[in-house]
This record gives sequence, C-alpha cells and structure tokens, in this order.
Amino acid sequence: MLNTSRRRVKTLLATGAIAATAALVLSGCGSRADDATAAAAGSSCIDTSGDTIKLGFLNSLTGGMAISEKTVSNVLHMAADEINADGGILGKQIEYIQEDGATDWPTFAEKTEKLLTQDCVAAIFGGWTSSSRKAVKPVVEELNGLFFYPVQYEGLEASPNIYYTGATTNQQIIPAMDFLAAEGVKTLFLAGSDYVFPRTANAIIKLYAAELGIEIVGEEYVPLDKDDWTTQVAKIAAAKPDFVFNTINGSSNVGFIKAYYDAGLTPETTPIISVSIAEEEAPAMGHEVTGNYASWNYFQSLDTPDNPKFIEDWKAYPGSSGVTSDPMEAAYISLYLYKALVEKAGSFEVDAVNAAAAEGGITFDAPEGTVTLNGDNHHISKPGHIGRINADNQFDIVWESDGFIEPDPFLDGYDWFPADVRDALVASAG
Amino acid sequence: MDELLPPLLNGTALGALLLLAALGLTLTFGQMGVINMAHGEFIMAGAFVAYVTQQVIPSSDLSIPLALPLAFVVAGFLGLLLEVTIIQWMYRRPLDTLLATVGVALILQQAALQIFPAQGVPVEKPSWLDGQIDVLGYEWPLRQVFTIVLAAACVAALAAWLKYSSFGRRIRATVQNRDLAETSGVATRSVDRITFFVGSGLAGVAGVAASLIGGTNSQMGVQYIIPAFLVVVAGGIGQIAGTVIAALAVGIAMTFFAYWTSGSLAQVLAFVLVVIFLQIRPQGLFTVRTRGLA
Repeated sequence: MLNTSRRRVKTLLATGAIAATAALVLSGCGSRADDATAAAAGSSCIDTSGDTIKLGFLNSLTGGMAISEKTVSNVLHMAADEINADGGILGKQIEYIQEDGATDWPTFAEKTEKLLTQDCVAAIFGGWTSSSRKAVKPVVEELNGLFFYPVQYEGLEASPNIYYTGATTNQQIIPAMDFLAAEGVKTLFLAGSDYVFPRTANAIIKLYAAELGIEIVGEEYVPLDKDDWTTQVAKIAAAKPDFVFNTINGSSNVGFIKAYYDAGLTPETTPIISVSIAEEEAPAMGHEVTGNYASWNYFQSLDTPDNPKFIEDWKAYPGSSGVTSDPMEAAYISLYLYKALVEKAGSFEVDAVNAAAAEGGITFDAPEGTVTLNGDNHHISKPGHIGRINADNQFDIVWESDGFIEPDPFLDGYDWFPADVRDALVASAG
Repeated sequence: MDELLPPLLNGTALGALLLLAALGLTLTFGQMGVINMAHGEFIMAGAFVAYVTQQVIPSSDLSIPLALPLAFVVAGFLGLLLEVTIIQWMYRRPLDTLLATVGVALILQQAALQIFPAQGVPVEKPSWLDGQIDVLGYEWPLRQVFTIVLAAACVAALAAWLKYSSFGRRIRATVQNRDLAETSGVATRSVDRITFFVGSGLAGVAGVAASLIGGTNSQMGVQYIIPAFLVVVAGGIGQIAGTVIAALAVGIAMTFFAYWTSGSLAQVLAFVLVVIFLQIRPQGLFTVRTRGLA
C-alpha cells in the first residue's frame, strides 16, 4: 500500500517535471529579442518591432491598499499619455497593461511573472508596500526584468532589477531627525504600525537619536489594520515627550490622530512628525491633524519651476484626486526616468538600460526639482522638506535640507550606523 | 490606581465599541443562525451615513445625533435587501450564507471605494464631545464616555424590545419553535425580515460610533467582523447579557494587555484567552436552555 502510494507520488512528480519543462520550452515567448542568446538565458521577449512598446503597471486596485495605490496607477496613466502625446519613447508609443495586485503579495509575484513572460513588457511600474516590492524582487531578478518602485521605504536594498524613485531613509527619516534636532527636541516617542518599514525606520531613528542626544521615551506599535490607538495614546500622554515620531501607515493614522486629539494632546504641547501623512491622507483626518508636521521630498506647495504644470495637469486628469503628493510624484518621475534611461541606452533591452544607468548622468526635471539617478544603487537624489499641515490640508514648508540629498540606502556614509546592525537589519528584512 | 484606571476606562470604551458591533449579530447570528460576513460592511455603511449627514448639515453638533437613526435605517434596509435577495434561500445552509455574504462584503467594499474618495472621508465629532473629564486624576476623553452611553442605550432598547413588545414575543416564539409559532398565527417570514432589519440597523449605529474613533473608508468594516463574532460566541449565542459581559471582558483584557505589552501582542493574547475559554465552556457564558432571552 505504502509502496503503491509512493510510486504514485513519484509518477506524479515525473509528470509534473515533464509538464513544466514542456511549458518552458513552449512559452519561450517567441524569442523576438534581437539577441537570440538573451532569450535562451531565460530573459527578454520584448517586442520592439512595431510602433508601440508594452509597459506593465502593477497596482492594487482592489483590497486594502487600493486606498493608496489607485492614485499611483492614475498618475502613471497620465505620465504615459503625456509621453505618448510628446512622441513616445524612442519614437514608440507606450502601450500599457494595467494589472491589479489586489493587496495580495503572491498576486504581485504572479502578475509580475505574467507581465514579463506572457505580455513581454519592457518594464513594470508600481507597488506600494514593502511586502509587495519584496514579492516582485525575486521574480524580476530571476527573469531579468525591470521594476520601478515609487514609494518611500526602509532602505537597505539595491536590486540591479529595481529602480527606487521614492525616498530611502537618509532622504526622509534622517532629514526629519535633523529637523527635530534643530527644533531643540530632547525627548521623542515612537509610534508605528507593526510591520517592516516602521520597525526598521525606528531602529535607525534610535541609533541617530543617540548620536543627536535625543532621548527615546517610548515606542509603540499597533497592527496595520487596527484603528484603535487609545491605549497607546494614553501612554504618550503619560510620557510627555517633546515630539512624537509617527511611522503609522494607512487608515490606522486616522484613529491615531483622533485618539490623540481626544486625549487633549495638541501640536502646541506635543507635535507629531509623520512620514506617511501627505496631501492625500490629511483630508480624511479633518481639522484634528492641523498643525502637525510631515517629512517628504515633494509637497504640492513646493515652489519649483515644474510643479505648477504638474499640479494643473493632474487636477485636469480624469480620475484625479485633486491634490498632488509625494508618492504619486515619485511614480510620475519613474516613467520619465525610464524614458531617459531608454533614450540614453538607445534600446529597451534590460542590460542596455542598466548599462546606461551605470554610466551615470541620467537626470529629470521633476516637480520636486532636478533629480539625478545614482547608477550604483538605482535610487535618485532628492531634496528633504518638512511641511506643517495648515487648515486647507496643505503643507507650509518650514525646513529644507541643504541641497539635494544623495541616496544612501545602506547608510554607508553615516558612522553612527554600525555595520553589524546593518547586516542584521538586511538579513531580517529578507 | 494610576496604573490601573486608564486601561480600565479605555478598555470599557473599547468593550462598548465591540458590543455595538456585536449587538446586531446577537439577532442575526444568535437568533436566526445566519453567519453574515457583510455585517462589518453594514458598520461601514453607518459610518458613511454619518459623513453624508455631515455634508448636508455641517454642524456636527446636530449631524451626529441625527445620523444615528439615519444610519440605523440605511444599514437596516441594506440588511433587509440582503435577506430578501440572498439569505432567505439559505436558512438551512449556514456555510453557504458565509460564502455568499463574504462576496457581498467585497462588493460593498468596492462600491464604497468607487463612490467615496479612496483615502476615506472625515467625520468630525460634535463639539460637545471635545475634551476630557477628570476621573480620579485621569483625563478621560469624553468621546469614550459617549461610546459607552450609546452602547448602554442600544442594549437597553434591544432588551426591552425583545422582552416587552409583542414583536419581541413573536421573535422569541419563532426562535424557540418555528412550527408552533406558525400554527399559532405568527407570520414567521415577516419576523425573519424585521429581525434582520433591526440586527443590521444596529451595525449602522455602531458605524456612527466607529466613524468618531477611526477612519471612515472602504476597508474599515474588516477589523470589526472577527472580534464581533468572537464576542457573540463567547457570550453564548443569542444571549444579550452574555454578549455584554464578553464584549467588556475582551475590551478590558485587550487594553490591559496592550498597556503591559504591545498593541500586536495584546490582540493575540486576548484571542488566545477567548479560545481557551471556549475550550472549557464551548456553549459560551450563557445558554439558551437555562435562561430566557435577554
């Protein structure tokens, strides 16, 4: 009995292996790439023969993250329309394929594989949560695809197949800490959602706080899907810190701000600095968030040459939310950055694009200013800004960094960040 | 006292919110045996009613009290619609209702995402809920007091309705022996519908309370559905008194755990506690046979 069932398993495995091999051989994506060996190496099937070039947009249009990712998807469509109206990329019109990541990380991985192997897109744009990026990463690395990720994140990553157009920690967290130090803050309370970004960010904040002489008087986490912050706010009220560093994400922020206001804590007594509340999120919190701070690279209120047109175009775009914000601006950058890379490379091939990046000198006149791509770590230079939320849910700029900040995802240039901590964090982040 | 009072009061308020979320389920799940996974989305509907009311009447002092009955009616009608279109065909198949209502929940979430701004909408609390009251040196937020008062009022109204009104008698008769009730002239179909209307309507009231505590958006209902079912099961299915005690116990326990440990661990510990309790007493705190309803 045991023997037969074992044999059956073996037969099944053998059949599976044959089927898989057959599928691999059959798929091959028609190997349309100019270089046949590239196709054999398991990569490119990008079709450059026609007047169009296929790009994949991968955003959660359903599920919990649709709240944020719908806007990113819309702004990618706007950027694609703009580029097409302007003649396309290397004379080819962008034909985008929109996929729904459905707030489900395995779905992100599946759709990435589908976009790369079946649709044969030249690059994929999207993702929001670090979990979605980490689901996409092994797939684009194995299939040698390209993924453009537009959201600020916890750093400690530099994949040759990913371009990061949002801030890494030294472009958002560290400027926020510099601002707090300039404000004379002595005690700080850390409040965050319970997942990789807040945990990693707080690990970095604690190290830098020690360097700056700021005392951490408390640290609290609540699951991402919970709105109730009452107990944790009671702890903040008891600890009486000078400032609260908020790494809460999503709707949970609304519950935090409401509980904070309910407890009688105000920006006058205990201000909050956030890294996830932008122009999109602030209106859902009403007047109770007014007067608190946020650290971003881009604000709608920035006075730069290219910002007014961006705001105007976005407001006029169908499906627009009416306000511009940092993550959507970073998504807008990502498509133009890709255009600049391809035009420099003169090719849509992944290796050629990466080679063009490595040569350096790729820039884009973004709404936040002229950003430069770092060819080594695939991040971009960004200005650091601190804004204070006003009654219109816009941000008054109260602090800015000394020029653009070069991306340093592994914080190599900061001697208070020990190598063993870095290795441990990189290992735990997977 | 300093260490015990804030979590005790905060926990009571959290328990009251759980109670509001679960109260409707004591009717639809407890009395009728329907596993309605869209109950959380009825809570969401109630919260959006609070927002819409506030758009029409900008003064939150008036709009929130007015939203309470409106949310009850809107969520009630959603429940009625669900009962008439789907649930009435599945009364003897609880697992089918579970699957069907999960689908309805997803449809309602996506509908909210299409109709309202994706990031959610603001609901301002009335100015008479601004501030705190001093309880032995702890500045207790008034909004928490409001949640507790609202929950108490709903429980009292529901209990009185079930116990003293002729309709309450008909519900109890239908639950205890449907065939006998029917032969005695009770129109059990209309009893089903009205019970479902009231149960769903209570979710709408919970939604107004929830809109003052957290975000009002398409995903807000998800966080309430599991704790609400847990509370109803732990309290003893169909038992209002049991649900009240279980909701307060879970709320207070969760808050103390959060106070001593962390927000994430608190949830785990509270759920583990309920699971252990149900291992010892699978029928919950109270059972139908030993005591009458309410």
